Order: sequence, then structure tokens, then C-alpha cells
Amino acid sequence: MSGPHPLSILTLGLGLGLLTGPASSEPLVSPDDLQALWVTLKLAALTTLLLLLFGTPLAWWLARTKNRLRGPLEALIALPLVLPPTVLGFYLLLAMGPQGPLGGLSLAFTFSGLLLGSMVYSLPFVVQPLRDSFGAISEQSLDAASCLGAGPLNRFFSVVLPLARPGYVTASVLGFAHTLGEFGVVLMIGGNIPGETRVVSIAVYEHVEVLDYGRAHVLSGALLVLSFILLLSVYSSRFGRKAIV
Amino acid sequence: MSILVDVGVIKGEFELKVAFEIPSNGFTAISGPSGGGKSTLLRTIAGLEPDARGTVQVAGERWLAEGYRLPTHRRAVGYVFQSPALFPHLDVRRNLLFGRTRRGRGRDLLAFDDVVDLLGLERLIDRRVTGLSGGEQQRVAIAQALLSNPRLLLMDEPMAALDRASRETLLPYLEALQSALAIPVLYVTHALAEVAQLAEHMLLIQAGRLTASGRVSELLTRLDLPMAHGREAGAVIAAQVADRDEADRLTRLDFNGGQIWVPSAPLATGTQVRLRILSRDITLAARPDPDSSNLGCFRVRVIAIAECGPAEVVVRLAAGEETLVTRVSRRAERLLQLAPGRELYALVRSVAALA
Repeated sequence: MSGPHPLSILTLGLGLGLLTGPASSEPLVSPDDLQALWVTLKLAALTTLLLLLFGTPLAWWLARTKNRLRGPLEALIALPLVLPPTVLGFYLLLAMGPQGPLGGLSLAFTFSGLLLGSMVYSLPFVVQPLRDSFGAISEQSLDAASCLGAGPLNRFFSVVLPLARPGYVTASVLGFAHTLGEFGVVLMIGGNIPGETRVVSIAVYEHVEVLDYGRAHVLSGALLVLSFILLLSVYSSRFGRKAIV
Repeated sequence: MSILVDVGVIKGEFELKVAFEIPSNGFTAISGPSGGGKSTLLRTIAGLEPDARGTVQVAGERWLAEGYRLPTHRRAVGYVFQSPALFPHLDVRRNLLFGRTRRGRGRDLLAFDDVVDLLGLERLIDRRVTGLSGGEQQRVAIAQALLSNPRLLLMDEPMAALDRASRETLLPYLEALQSALAIPVLYVTHALAEVAQLAEHMLLIQAGRLTASGRVSELLTRLDLPMAHGREAGAVIAAQVADRDEADRLTRLDFNGGQIWVPSAPLATGTQVRLRILSRDITLAARPDPDSSNLGCFRVRVIAIAECGPAEVVVRLAAGEETLVTRVSRRAERLLQLAPGRELYALVRSVAALA
């Protein structure tokens, strides 16, 4: 076992970043870095929101269908769990390229392109918890709701949604946190445009490349603490055991 | 304003194809072996079987017809499942009101307080449903269904998932329903005791087909049907309270065909009761036997005899206008010269007085 314990990195990151500061006399957090943080949070929030929106019907279908396409589709959705993000990013880049199927939308190196990439990248982290919590809702509860006069939409909002709440909490936090940690995909399709596609993970990479460890510490520490708190909220809540990763 | 059902459902190898009409109120029991299609029938009536074809008409309203299918949530149906399907995120009160708020239009079938009272839910009303016992949950589920103002109540073995004690606690509530409800109830059950106690009419469904239908008192004693042959076989007869022996705490019940003394709490003279006389509680004798421990002794006439295993026969008997059934050995059949038309005496060891 080599490498420091995660918690010691956390302490170190915050300690070094916030207390000692960088060697130079420049401010500890540059406007560029703040912008990167903002882009990251915006990306994570929008990605999560859109995935919850589109993931809900998809997860519902996966949880209920007997269609033969379910297997292949589940495998496809789970791909981002195992593929190197660069591979994913490579294909996305091709798709968004001038000759790609999405070429006409000029998505490459834009925030929208990054959003689309993040949605693909974080898809399983949102869809799987939703699918599992939908699957745990008995057919009989829904039948009972029908017999009590609840139509399809009413059933969804008054029975499915409240019963699947743990799934939604898990899906939101995992989707958000996983998007925060995105690097490979961004590198391939986002580039490094400040205020547009420059996210924290890229900024950290850049700081390290020019040996600006102080700034790297601040940003890394911030991401580390944020991610830890998010995950802590899932794993220590009563729904924690239902989390998938 | 009756219920008209003529439906077909195909599920893989299994096909349900039944047609019947039931009266506009009272309990109708649906009985028969497991896997025969009883639950599928209820689900079809409720609109939960998407592939069902045919006709369902309830109180003059079309629920299913050629090329027409009213979605479940628009059918005024109450459905009580074998294991209660309450909503765990709602407390008892909000569970009860779930259907009421969604289908509360028009005149209420029963007032909220009356339903709560009928099913003994006063003390549970603010509890979480997850903390309730199985029997309590089932009572809440029944109340929930009733409060949604159904025009037809479907009950799918509501007691099957309960332990014996809960079952005995729930049964009186169902009996109370039977007299309080102005809508028809279709009640699926395996238990002949429940059929005898609750239902006036009965449908027998075997392997997807309706094999018999009619009054419970008649079907339970028909020798061509399985009910008369089992261990729990017995007849249901109508009687009324006629006399009381306070010293012995016995009540005399008269029926068209004789009288029986039963141990019971005092009942007002003239009260109508149903009696369940089990096949195994009847002894046949050539002469009346006043010096025995029997509670009743009356004349009966043999209507028919059917084989029942290698050593026994089942005998269907007429006692006045009522019909009884009993099982005797082949030896007894020979010694008593049992044959259709033969008159003799029935000695009754015990009876269950029903509501």
C-alpha cells in the first residue's frame, strides 16, 4: 500500500492551500479559478437536473419492461462505468465533429457540448439508482392506486415519487459528484476555454503542469471537501445502503 | 342494476372464459382451486388485465365492451388485495382518504366516521401504516376501498395472508359489512367457512371455467361439486330464534324442517340466523334418539348418494325445505338401507350459529 490516506490529503490540501499559500504574492484563488469552479458547479447542477428529467422515464421503462432490448440498453448505459473517459470523450468528439452525426450542432468546445458529454458520462450514476428504487415499488401499490381513482400521472406524483425518494436523493448526489470529478471527457471535447469549458479538474491539471502547487492545492482541496460532503450525505443517510457505488 | 360479466383472458397456456350475472347487492363468493383464475377474474373486472376481452357492466355502466375499455382509475371499483397494499409514505388517515379525494364526487356510499367505526379504526387513525399488524392493515385497506365510493367491491382472499387469530378478529368486521353495504361484493376465498358465513351466492371457478353458480345453501350440498366431499363440507340453513333455556344457556333455533338447540348468548326471539351444519357433525339414525348428547334431532329424506373414497359415501338430505349433507360409511349405507327417498333421522352434534 503506497500513497497517503485520503483524509490526510484532505487535511494537507486544505492546510497547504489555505494557510501557507503559494510562493508568489498573487492572490491564492485567481478569478480564473473561481470561474472554473463556477463552470464546474453549473455543469454538475445542469447535468444532474437534465439527467433526472430524462433518466426518470428511462429508468421507469428499464424497471418495468419485459422487452428484449432491456439487456443491451442496460449494458449501454453502464458503459461509462467501465470505459476510460478518454475513450468516451474520443467518440463524443467524433460525433460532434464536422463529419459526426451531431456535427451540425457545433457542440465541440462549447458548454452545451460539455453538458451533453457529462450527461453521457454520468448517466449510469443517475439511471441506476432510479431504476432500482422504481423496481422496488410493488405492482400492487400501483394497482391499488389505480383502483382508488389515481390516473397515470397522479400515480407517479402521489405514489411513485414519494416512494422513490431515496433513489432520487442518491441519483442526484451521485450524478452531481461524479460530474464534478469529470476530466477525461472534458479534456477531449471541452478543451480549456475559461468561463466556457474550463472546469476545476482541468485547472488543477494546468496548475500542476506549471508547478503552481499552491493553487492546485486550493482547487483540489475544495473539490475533495465538496465531494466528500456530498458522498457523506448519501452514505450516512438512511438511504445510504441503497447507493450503488 | 346488476353486475354483468362475460369475459375472456388468455395468459400463456391459461385461458379464463366465464360469463355470469350477480345481483346488485350482497356477498357473492368465488371459490375453486388455486390457479383456476379467480384472481384473474377480479383483476379483469377491475381493468387490471390489459388483454381481457368481452363485456363488463356494473350498475348500468359499461366498463368493458367490444373495442372499449374504461381505464381502471375511472371504474368505481374497490379492490382489497390478499396482502394489503397500503401506501407506506402516508399515515392511516391519509391512506383512507386517498381514494375519497380522488373519487369523492357525488353522494358518498358511507360516511367517513361510519367506515372508521365499522372497521374499528378510531385508535389507529393517526398511526403510520408500517407499524400496524396484518389484520389492522387489512381493515385499513377495506376501509380505504369503501371510502372511494365504489359501486362494486372486489375482495381477493382478504384473510388468506393473516394468521388464525387475526382472521378470527377480522371476520366479525366483514360480517358487519355484509349487512351495512348497499353494493355488491365479489369475495374470493378457499375457505368454505368464510363462504358459509358471508355469502348468499357463489361462483365456482375451476381451470378457467365457471363450473357452477347459485345460492350458497344449494351449491355447498350438491354432490357433483367438490365442496360436499371435503373435510370441511357442510350445509348452510336459515333459522330463527324461537326459545331460550336460561338454565342451560341454550337457544332454540327453528328452521323449516326441525329445531336445534345451540349454546349462545341470548338473542331476541324472531332473530334470523344462519346455521352451518358440518357434514361430520351429523349422525344418521333409523329412529329418533332422545337419550343422546345431540343438540337436535329431526326427520330427513335422502335425496341422493355419491361415492366418496373406497369406504364412504356422501348423502344429500332434505330436512323440510333445507338441504344437508353428510358422509357415512358404506356399511352404514347398507345397514340403514340408504337410497333416494328413504326417510330417517338426523342427529346433530353441534352447529355454528352464524350472523
